[in-house]
Amino acid sequence: MQKRKLNIAVTGLNAIDSPGPGVAVIRALREAGSFDVRIIGLAYESLEPGIYMHQLVDKTYQIPYPTTGTETLLARLEYIHSKENLNVIIPNFDAELYSFIKLGPNLKEMGINTFLPTMEQFEERQKINLPEFGKKYDIKVPHSKAIYTISEIYGLTPEFSYPLLVKGKYYDASIAYNVEQVKTYFNKISAKWGLPIIIQEFVNGTEYNTTGLGDGKGNTYAAFPMRKQYITDKGKAWGGISIADKKLLELTENFISSTKWRGVFELEFMKNQKNEFYLLEINPRIPAWIYLAVGVGQNVPEGLVNLAMGNKIKPFKEYKVGIMFIRYAYDMIVDISEFEQISTYGEL
Amino acid sequence: MIKIKSNIAISDTGFIFNPSNGESFSANPIGIEFFNLIKQGKPQDKIFENMLEKYNTDKNTLEKDYSDFVQTLNQFQLLDQDAEKKA
Repeated sequence: MQKRKLNIAVTGLNAIDSPGPGVAVIRALREAGSFDVRIIGLAYESLEPGIYMHQLVDKTYQIPYPTTGTETLLARLEYIHSKENLNVIIPNFDAELYSFIKLGPNLKEMGINTFLPTMEQFEERQKINLPEFGKKYDIKVPHSKAIYTISEIYGLTPEFSYPLLVKGKYYDASIAYNVEQVKTYFNKISAKWGLPIIIQEFVNGTEYNTTGLGDGKGNTYAAFPMRKQYITDKGKAWGGISIADKKLLELTENFISSTKWRGVFELEFMKNQKNEFYLLEINPRIPAWIYLAVGVGQNVPEGLVNLAMGNKIKPFKEYKVGIMFIRYAYDMIVDISEFEQISTYGEL
Repeated sequence: MIKIKSNIAISDTGFIFNPSNGESFSANPIGIEFFNLIKQGKPQDKIFENMLEKYNTDKNTLEKDYSDFVQTLNQFQLLDQDAEKKA
């Protein structure tokens, strides 16, 4: 029987040193067993590498930055939909999720499916709300606090001891060993990502991540843990391995059932010397290392699309342990005419 | 008695993989023998007997090497702590 062909739009085509998940998501979708795909890339910048990966992306459209407002985005998506007849959109950036969640009903009306967390889930897991989140769902989280002004830095002790982490609202984190360093990172990160800045207790240990897919009713459709083996200077995993840690799986399944999480997520944990797991962050989106999911036998993006389309699927119950991913950088040769096309017309 | 965690395996080349945390290690040929003898559940005196028969070494050197190896296994969390407590 011929598989149904779906038109799926994907953002996060910035496969750079701190990569967006788009290209990995597309690779997973192209290996889906339950449907065929036509991939529509949605890019913010004309130099996002995924735009030029024609073996993966059939057509790319530029879309406006979230700061321009949801109405502008909706107008652009209406245009793209009129050309491409989209079935599903998979947004992959934290910063754009608010707009896509908000536009969910409009998109549904147009016949475009998404499978994203609810606005409440999205807000609740924000870095600034992590302490309350930990309390509510009984998950250990490092002590943290949001600050809005430089003057607040002087009052951080004795509530916090050094070293501590200085984190941006969406991205970036640096370890600070004294007040001067906190001030430097405060200025640097707030200039890029705005306020507040989150001050977080530093937990020393080994970093573990899990990803999974929840159906919004508390059921787990996919979940597996990974240990980062090689971390870049930006803290991104350049290599990782799937592991069999029951505690991590339990924490992940508990997260899905207690929050009734809808969609894909990434949980970032730190395991300290006493073998205790601390939840550092909840990313309400697909992680950049999601292609490992295909490797371990849980094609999470395929599951996500099926849930978005309202298809019944069986939850993944098992995964392969000891499967590694190692990222690599790859230089593509691109004709200037392609760059011209996307820069001038916003389409390629 | 010292026991290696049941989910830890070693390959013929001495590659040890801990599936619980994804850590991996390499053992030298003597390490591989120690690992396999411990994994088989051989008591310490039998391990020493076996190794002294096979290699031209004295008991003191062997005991020191064995103790170092076990300490390393412990440091890398490859030993079953529950089994040790029960023993």
